[in-house]
Amino acid sequence: MIKILLFAGLQEAAGVEQLVLDRVPPTVHALKKQLIAEYPVLRLDQVMVAVNEEIVANEAETALQTGDIVALLPPVSGG
Amino acid sequence: MEPSLFTITDQPLEPDSIMRQVVRSEAGAVVLFVGIVRKFTAGKRTLYLEYQAYESMAIKQLQRIGERIAEQWPGTRTAIAHRIGRLELSEAAVVIAVSSPHRRAAYEANEYAIERIKEIVPIWKKEIWDDGSEWVGDQRELTRYPVGSPKEESTCD
Repeated sequence: MIKILLFAGLQEAAGVEQLVLDRVPPTVHALKKQLIAEYPVLRLDQVMVAVNEEIVANEAETALQTGDIVALLPPVSGG
Repeated sequence: MEPSLFTITDQPLEPDSIMRQVVRSEAGAVVLFVGIVRKFTAGKRTLYLEYQAYESMAIKQLQRIGERIAEQWPGTRTAIAHRIGRLELSEAAVVIAVSSPHRRAAYEANEYAIERIKEIVPIWKKEIWDDGSEWVGDQRELTRYPVGSPKEESTCD
């Protein structure tokens, strides 16, 4: 199982604060592809990903495991 | 316990108390930056803002900015507070205080902090206008003002 946190415009588009997937995709890249297919309402082209609060630099090489907390981060606009 | 130097809060920010967190006898200067809610952005009149954060990660990222500042400008001390939730015009959204023995390092480190906040800290701002709203999607405001600062519209108010 893997938890996916949504923020800002993604949260509004999905209408929920988080998604839960029972089957864990092998990598962050695979997860993004799966989400785009299953939730076309989510625009992920400019979205950075954090796994367990660490920003992912290489999505294709970052493996996922059960229990990971994945956050989809739209371009930030704090300050 | 000493209050944390890097915080996210839904309560009004108190710049003076954040500044006092970095004042110490070694410091000869404090640079205090207060980011406040602006009425006009790209010609649109903002009624209020809503800020949202991935709070636990945002605090970690603020701490990282503080660590980087301590490496790059030795002898400085930094405190940063960012507010979330609904903010009215002219309320403080972010306060950054940097103290240092001499002013130059404090100025430089303070500017570095706000630039990094706009790049790596998971906080999002939603502008609410009288005819709609939008999550602001640009990290460094580079594309919002291609010709400089936002213009006031004489037809408003």
